[in-house]
Amino acid sequence: MKGKWIGQPIKRNEDPRLLTGQALYVDDVDMPGMLHAAFLRSDYAHARIRSIDVSAARARPGVVAVYTAEDMADFWRPGPLIVPPPRNVEGIVFHARTQIPMVKDKARHIGDPIAVVIAESRYIAEDALEDIVVDYEPLEPVVDMERALEPDAPLVHDDLDSNLAAHVVQEKGNYEAARAKADVVIKRRILVDRGAAAALENRGVVAHWEPKSQQLTVWDTTQAPIPIRNGIAAMLGLSEHQVRVIAPFIGGGFGPKIMMSQPEEVLVPWAAMKLNRPIKWIEDRRENFIGTTQERAQIHDVEMALTRDGRVLGVRDVFLHDTGAYDPYGLTVPLNTQSHGLGAYDIPNYYTEFKVVFTNKMIVTPVRGAGRPQGIFVIERMMDLAAKELGMDRAEIRKRNLIPPDAFPYRQEIIDQAFIELVYDSGNYLPVLEKAMAMIGYDRFIEEEQPRLRAEGRHVGLGLVTFVETTGVGPYEGARVSVESSGKVSVVTGVGTQGQGHFTSFAQIVADQLGVDVRDVRVVTGDTAQFHWGTGTFASRGAVVAGNAVKAAAAGVRAKILKLASKVLETPEEELELVDGQVRVADIPERSISLGELAVMANPLRGAVEPGTKPGLEATDYFGPQYGATASGAVAMIVEVDPETMMVEIKRFVIAHDCGTVLNPMIVEGQIHGGVSMGIGNSFYERLVYDDNGQLLNASLMDYLLPRSTDMPRRIEIAHLETPSPLNPIGSKGVGEAGAIPVPSAFAQAVEDALADYGVEILETPLSPNRLFELLSARG
Amino acid sequence: MALHRITLTVNGETELVDVPSNMTLLRMLREKLVLTGTKNGCSAGECGACTVIMNGEPVNSCMVLAVECDGAEITTVEGLAHDGQLDPVQEAIVEQGGVQCGFCTPGILISSRALLNRNPNPGDYEIRDALVGNLCRCTGYLRIIDAVKEAAQRRSVVAS
Repeated sequence: MKGKWIGQPIKRNEDPRLLTGQALYVDDVDMPGMLHAAFLRSDYAHARIRSIDVSAARARPGVVAVYTAEDMADFWRPGPLIVPPPRNVEGIVFHARTQIPMVKDKARHIGDPIAVVIAESRYIAEDALEDIVVDYEPLEPVVDMERALEPDAPLVHDDLDSNLAAHVVQEKGNYEAARAKADVVIKRRILVDRGAAAALENRGVVAHWEPKSQQLTVWDTTQAPIPIRNGIAAMLGLSEHQVRVIAPFIGGGFGPKIMMSQPEEVLVPWAAMKLNRPIKWIEDRRENFIGTTQERAQIHDVEMALTRDGRVLGVRDVFLHDTGAYDPYGLTVPLNTQSHGLGAYDIPNYYTEFKVVFTNKMIVTPVRGAGRPQGIFVIERMMDLAAKELGMDRAEIRKRNLIPPDAFPYRQEIIDQAFIELVYDSGNYLPVLEKAMAMIGYDRFIEEEQPRLRAEGRHVGLGLVTFVETTGVGPYEGARVSVESSGKVSVVTGVGTQGQGHFTSFAQIVADQLGVDVRDVRVVTGDTAQFHWGTGTFASRGAVVAGNAVKAAAAGVRAKILKLASKVLETPEEELELVDGQVRVADIPERSISLGELAVMANPLRGAVEPGTKPGLEATDYFGPQYGATASGAVAMIVEVDPETMMVEIKRFVIAHDCGTVLNPMIVEGQIHGGVSMGIGNSFYERLVYDDNGQLLNASLMDYLLPRSTDMPRRIEIAHLETPSPLNPIGSKGVGEAGAIPVPSAFAQAVEDALADYGVEILETPLSPNRLFELLSARG
Repeated sequence: MALHRITLTVNGETELVDVPSNMTLLRMLREKLVLTGTKNGCSAGECGACTVIMNGEPVNSCMVLAVECDGAEITTVEGLAHDGQLDPVQEAIVEQGGVQCGFCTPGILISSRALLNRNPNPGDYEIRDALVGNLCRCTGYLRIIDAVKEAAQRRSVVAS
């Protein structure tokens, strides 16, 4: 669905505020009499708390209150199970242990809060943390996933028999039968380690209780303002309409900000009501590393069964997934890994089993990609190994196995994160792969360039992978669109925004429906006082789910406009058109009325209206997809490894992708660039290093390396192919995570190719120069 | 804590501020002068979100004490536009799509402006080098680098 505005690279409506320092972020909120909170977090990853003495902290001048779990009395309760396990998977085991606001008896990771100090300044609050005396009884920590499941392992949760949090087995076809018929079976162990989301803005909450109006206002760096509002209201015993949650400009989300009812999010509003003073808490960077959720660690034992000519008969993948100390986000991440474990390929037999393991580490919840990069890493690495084993070209083996275009909707016969059968709605995968190959000059590189460069002693390699991304999951989002008496249009929706350009892409959708300029459409997101139905921005769903809700609401307004204008202009609706903020008679453009005038007529101050008339040029509507839309793509990259330093330079990076109808190519490409840079981080720079005690050794941006401007390739070459999704009227699919998903698998393949002389096999991500050196040294 | 009275110029305005000894330039800008465009991403000089121009040089304002700024000349993101006219770097970054969440943007704009002040025609390497201290998690940097190139070209067109 294209229009005058949809599909155009429109400059973003929100940028002027962001460029001039005028945009409001949570840390910019300031109120008279505001207090500041700081949290004491556990010194040990696993320790029983014998006692906590806060008397000295309370006595420090400037400290207003110090709270521990004991002070919370009945308000102390574990957080909600945000995502329950699917009920329709047979034999599923799931033990819900959700995070606690403050430690009562036992600390289960170094981020677990033990006490909170509220003081006149953050400086005083942090000093007072030093005054608190905690008597710890250190316990043996559970750090390693495999060790965690040994019978004599210490227990993260004492009331469970083991550290097993969940166990899920799903099967499509019959893998064992397929294996029996296979010519070749390949078996490997593949590792993915932990990384951080590392949004530039740390988390933060400001809460303000207004006793006269009995209203609680909370500014929160959340991706899900409406569920947070409902959760805070329930906890504090307030009506949902007494709580207003505002997610203003958010400095990047990437997943952890969707994690709800985090300790600080619960405690700051609670304390603000108790003390009757506004309170601000802003996470510092160290806290962001130890107290904000993380992702990615898994161990896969995977097997692939093939025929001699490279047709994959089946895959068997048994993996462990580290959920950290608690599992409030249910099985979203490992289910995503399962549902991406076959990638873009038509593989008839799939046995997939995972065990989720509690460890004494930070909680795991989705981080951009959310289990998908792991699934793609595993299947794509196995494809490469199979190609080598069979002496086949890696592009050819992929082509032979891609899902053909006439097979859509393609059923995967397993349950995915939306608790329904995974179905790839639409796509055309071969042209996407061929496009990436053409752009990188695949044949020429393999046949000419690489041999020439190798002869010069250079270590250059190519990576070529395909990927899918399930996006745009339900349940639903909503929007309200109104034409104001000025003729300008207002759009409100419940999702939050963290830089995805919603103020522009939603405005484009409305501008096409109502025939107005995109700059005359003002979008509000993330304020529960403006719209209070919806879930949030996650799983690459904003443009798909909220976008289509915006379209539906705008279509409702359009119908009202036409009906009223038809009466005023005494012309049938079919002969009217909406252009330049006017409704006009198509054949007689001078017979027209402005939307502003119509808006005034639709909201009369005196006189009578027809029965059943609803005031205003306004409509509210909702959209919920039948199931998620699956995007796809292919990445090709060329790297050069310096054998002296083991540094890897990305010489070229190509991505061809299909996210259905593109609303705004500038925004879509921006999403891809950002995802790719995180993917590069996940490939070579970003690894959270926990020691045997469960201490995080690199909890700073000096030690945990994000890609910098000098680490990025010169260009990211992008091709858009569009297979509109049949599941929504716009035809869009999500793109938010697309860049992050394929990069580690492409990078590993390219580096392996570059180091072909050394015969090294890469079965892990992230790598690093040291790790590459170790791998090569091990080969001798 | 002892207060120190300092005088400095911020975005062309003379400011007289009483600051405690331990207050950083970043906190003084955000809390005393309510110039909240400058962002705090790490308080440790690692992310560059708080970059401002101090006496012509880009600095991490979280690593400078306010008392060190007596007599200094400071430019923050709020001071880049003049008389409603955006700085060429601000214009170019919108054109190129170099803004996403906007949190790193003030620091990026300041580092870019400082670069163009000392080198009106930087090459790709010089731009990347000038931005190496500014972390961005959303954009992958390439659009920003293109924006700095475009801003340099705009300026040279105006100059010629």
